[in-house]
Amino acid sequence: MSADLTDSILYLDAVSVSFDGFRALHDLSFVVGRGELRAIIGPNGAGKTTMMDVVTGKTRPDKGIVVFDGSIDLTTRDEASIAAFGIGRKFQKPTVFDGQTVEDNLLLALEGPRSAFSALFGWRSRVAVEQIIDKLAIIRLGDLRSKLAGSLSHGQKQWLEIGMLLAQNPKLLLVDEPVAGMTDAETEETARLLTSIAGEHAVVVVEHDMSFVRALGCKVTCLHEGSVLAEGTIDSVSANERVIDVYLGR
Amino acid sequence: MFRRFVILFSVLIGLVALAAAPIRADDASLVLKRLATDNYGEIEAGVAALAASGLPVSEAVLTALADSRLSYRPSDKALFIKDTSGGWIDAATNAAPAEAPSGLKSVKLNNRVRRALEAALGSMTLMSPDPMKRIAAAEAVFKSRDANTLAPLDVVIGKEADPVVKRYFEEARAAVLLLKTDAPETDRVRAAERLGERGDQDSLALLGSVTEANATANIVSAAKLAAKGIESRLALLSTAQNAWYGLSLGSVLLLAAIGLAITFGVMGIINMAHGEMVMLGAYTTFVVQEIIRTKVPSLFDWSLPIAIPLAFCVSGLVGLLIERVIIRHLYGRPLETLLATWGVSLVLQQAVRSVFGANNREVGAPSYMAGVWDLGGFQITYGRLWIIVFSLVVFFALLGVMKGTSLGLRMRAVIQNRRMAAAMGIRTPVVDALTFALGSGVAGIAGVALSQIDNVSPNLGQSYIIDSFLVVVFGGVGNLWGTLLGALSLGLANKFLEPVAGAVLGKIILLAVIILFIQRRPRGLFALKGRAVDS
Amino acid sequence: MIAFFFRKFDRMATGFVILLAAIAILVPVLNLAVPEGSPFHIPTYLVSLWGKYLAFALLAVALDLVWGYCGILSLGHGAFFALGGYAMGMYLMRQIGTRGVYADPVLPDFMVFLNWKELPFTWYFFDHFAYAVVMVVLVPSVLALVFGWFAFRSRVTGVYLSIITQALTYALLLAFFRNDMGFGGNNGLTDFKDILGLSVQAPTTRAALFALTAVFLALGFLVARAIVVSRFGQVLAAIRDAESRTRFLGYRVERYKLLVFVVSAAMAGIAGALYVPQVGIINPSEFAPSNSIEAVIWVAVGGRGTLVGAALGAVLVNFAKTWLTGMLPEFWLYGLGALFILVTLFLPKGIIGALTSRFGRPGDGGAQ
Repeated sequence: MSADLTDSILYLDAVSVSFDGFRALHDLSFVVGRGELRAIIGPNGAGKTTMMDVVTGKTRPDKGIVVFDGSIDLTTRDEASIAAFGIGRKFQKPTVFDGQTVEDNLLLALEGPRSAFSALFGWRSRVAVEQIIDKLAIIRLGDLRSKLAGSLSHGQKQWLEIGMLLAQNPKLLLVDEPVAGMTDAETEETARLLTSIAGEHAVVVVEHDMSFVRALGCKVTCLHEGSVLAEGTIDSVSANERVIDVYLGR
Repeated sequence: MFRRFVILFSVLIGLVALAAAPIRADDASLVLKRLATDNYGEIEAGVAALAASGLPVSEAVLTALADSRLSYRPSDKALFIKDTSGGWIDAATNAAPAEAPSGLKSVKLNNRVRRALEAALGSMTLMSPDPMKRIAAAEAVFKSRDANTLAPLDVVIGKEADPVVKRYFEEARAAVLLLKTDAPETDRVRAAERLGERGDQDSLALLGSVTEANATANIVSAAKLAAKGIESRLALLSTAQNAWYGLSLGSVLLLAAIGLAITFGVMGIINMAHGEMVMLGAYTTFVVQEIIRTKVPSLFDWSLPIAIPLAFCVSGLVGLLIERVIIRHLYGRPLETLLATWGVSLVLQQAVRSVFGANNREVGAPSYMAGVWDLGGFQITYGRLWIIVFSLVVFFALLGVMKGTSLGLRMRAVIQNRRMAAAMGIRTPVVDALTFALGSGVAGIAGVALSQIDNVSPNLGQSYIIDSFLVVVFGGVGNLWGTLLGALSLGLANKFLEPVAGAVLGKIILLAVIILFIQRRPRGLFALKGRAVDS
Repeated sequence: MIAFFFRKFDRMATGFVILLAAIAILVPVLNLAVPEGSPFHIPTYLVSLWGKYLAFALLAVALDLVWGYCGILSLGHGAFFALGGYAMGMYLMRQIGTRGVYADPVLPDFMVFLNWKELPFTWYFFDHFAYAVVMVVLVPSVLALVFGWFAFRSRVTGVYLSIITQALTYALLLAFFRNDMGFGGNNGLTDFKDILGLSVQAPTTRAALFALTAVFLALGFLVARAIVVSRFGQVLAAIRDAESRTRFLGYRVERYKLLVFVVSAAMAGIAGALYVPQVGIINPSEFAPSNSIEAVIWVAVGGRGTLVGAALGAVLVNFAKTWLTGMLPEFWLYGLGALFILVTLFLPKGIIGALTSRFGRPGDGGAQ
């Protein structure tokens, strides 16, 4: 049990969250190993986004244990410190800084000192510039580096946000519906990208697109009504009777 | 000592005689003549005799003497009273003499005569047929605590039929006895208790003056006990009074803020011109009253019921105009709306200043709002009572609109989730316009009420705007009950802080407390929870 | 170090600084050196009036820093301005010494009038100019620090924050009106005689004060600009546009806000201190919420998020105010009110903002 805890990058045990009587998370327990790639699926309202909110510090759980990297208790910390510990999140709705250029968005996300004083007196180092160019290449937005992020298309914004996530270089990436609104080709790209960074980073992906999940080829956790319904390969989970019931309705 | 005995004896005789037949007229003039002298001793005796005589003119004569309005004619010792117009009245007949008298000498007074007069007048009016006069006499004795009045008091207490008057007599007696060092202990202890029962500031002062120097230990402790009783009663009264004022202020704040709460809740904007909506309502009342005053004065008592719907319309229409012309274009930009509405408030203030002048305008209270209801020291002004009732009526009416009408349903939907509401076919621009009009209209109604307790000037709005904000911020947004609770708490807090810290410091403390409160609960007392309400 | 302040200097910034330098030299020369009859002569009262405008411009720059670049709509910045003004006023009062009506060497007139026997501790050391200067910067900064720490830590934003900044300045207004606070009560502090030994009324002093104000405006602009074009400024813009997202990127948003708020408050305090000797009085009405709201409209008119626009707006609006209240006093409030409405409706980027978007310029610290 404790090995589970110390070996994992993310350890949730019996986490419960209620909003005004509505139970968003109910006794949720699951573990993500270091460098693991995991897919989370489940119908709407299953608690996927709430789970991410809890992990990133946006919501405090009413009960339960949330431990990062074997020793860091996430329930007592706020968003900024959790991000500083090495958890990055890409939101369901692409949230980039519309008023700043693509380049500046990446610069903001780039890992490095976040303190006010260093921001005041530090300036772009050459290393930073190279890293940005590198990320721009990965997300294929190199030509658009000086465009305002607000003028990008939906899909491009998704990619920018993924780029920002990569720039952050976190130990754990939480990716919420990355391929919504993407073409098939882009979806494939994204799957390849995420698989390639797993290993060095742990990646938890929430998605509805089953072909994308299949393309990831990783362990799948199915959530329902705030707790884990089934866990395993995509095939075993999709063959699970209860999962079929829940997804296909009664 | 001897003179005192004389006076007392005379008074006693007088009282006994009063119970018997009145003295005949020629005896009367004899008694009166005793006053027609320069000899103080004679005058003093004359006073006592006149008091004892039971003559109908005695009161007038003695009162005149006390006012230094009594004069006599040395030749025939006739007495004359100078009346208010400066003319003379024959004291004996109480009518103007055939010819104006001349060569009159004023009947003089010294301290002993004055004391005799006091006692005499006091004892006379103790027996006055008018109960109010008897009570006044008892109160006079209470204040003077002249020991000479003890015996007469005992007599009238025995004879008094009216229980109210009797109580005053007994209290007067207690006042005299308490500090009478040669009175028996049990009497004085009972006097202390009696004064405790009377329970007012004067009794408290009297009880406070009982010390070891002028009383025994028993009396002192009885006095202390009684005093304590009074103090706690007065403290209770003071608390109740403050609570009342707090309630009253809270109701005013509620009226002023509730329109703002609605617009802020539904539209998420702060309307800086809200105070001016209130002001417009107050000025509407003024205009209505002016018209009634000049055209149909008999309808004055109806001025407020007429003004209320009018004020609602005036402010509501102005609000609607503002919403359509300005606010609609600033949708989604609350800070800009704040600034634009500030501009509107400046324009409105200046407009009213130009039309009505910068000075306060007079708005009168209808008859049913004037007057006070006194519950044993606890004062309830009718005006404030009406306003409390009125604010609750408005509150529940609004609650009814919100919960029971389709507009209210749509408004609530927009408060909770604007985009969802729009997606479900609710025409949010229409809801916005009507909400703003409603909020402004309610502010107008508030203005009618406020015109009764505050000066009506172009700056009226400014004095309420910050308080309204604080109520809304404190009580939480989008929830009418929050506004109610917020307004009442702020009103009560304000009034309880005032006696402790003074009005200004109290306000400052309250502001600081609210600022700190917002730290803990940034969304106010009754915050709307849930994910959708994130802004 | 100097380079730090002149980073990314564009044409507008260069022009602004040069303009201020020119004014700082030209106006005093035209006032002192040029004889009175000449058409080029600038009368002394104008020198002080323009000095007042420049002090307001500095306040506007301070406000633009927190509002235009960080999205904190402070409706109480007048409080910091007034506190700086009071600090300077207290120094000036103590300089009066025996030349006051009651001729008390230590106690200012109003204290003698209130029958006070000795100086309250808040006035100690104000006879030293250095101390006064320190207080001019320190007092507003400390207030901003305490207030901001509470407000930002509990994540109060938007209109809620604006309302409590109003409440703050309102509370200070009430407090300073009280005679027993020892700051002159509702009459304030006035009748100043001299500053640093120089007569406050003398044309040379006034000219010097004007030049000083222009210099400080330039300095304030440089400091604000340095902040805004740095990475810090980029984070501020991020906070303004998407505060929550910025948190998720690991930035301690509270600290950023607090730092810029305190710097802005200090700047406002300095503006107030420059203002007071030039107008000759400081009284509690400077704390009035309406003053702070007026400062906001200066920034909005000129163009928020541009710094230069804020300064320009302050000068323009106050010039219009002086002109209108002289010609058609009744009209001024209509004009001001209309200004609020029209600017928010039709000129959301302000004058400078509209001009730059017309003539194209990639946003550095883009306005919204």
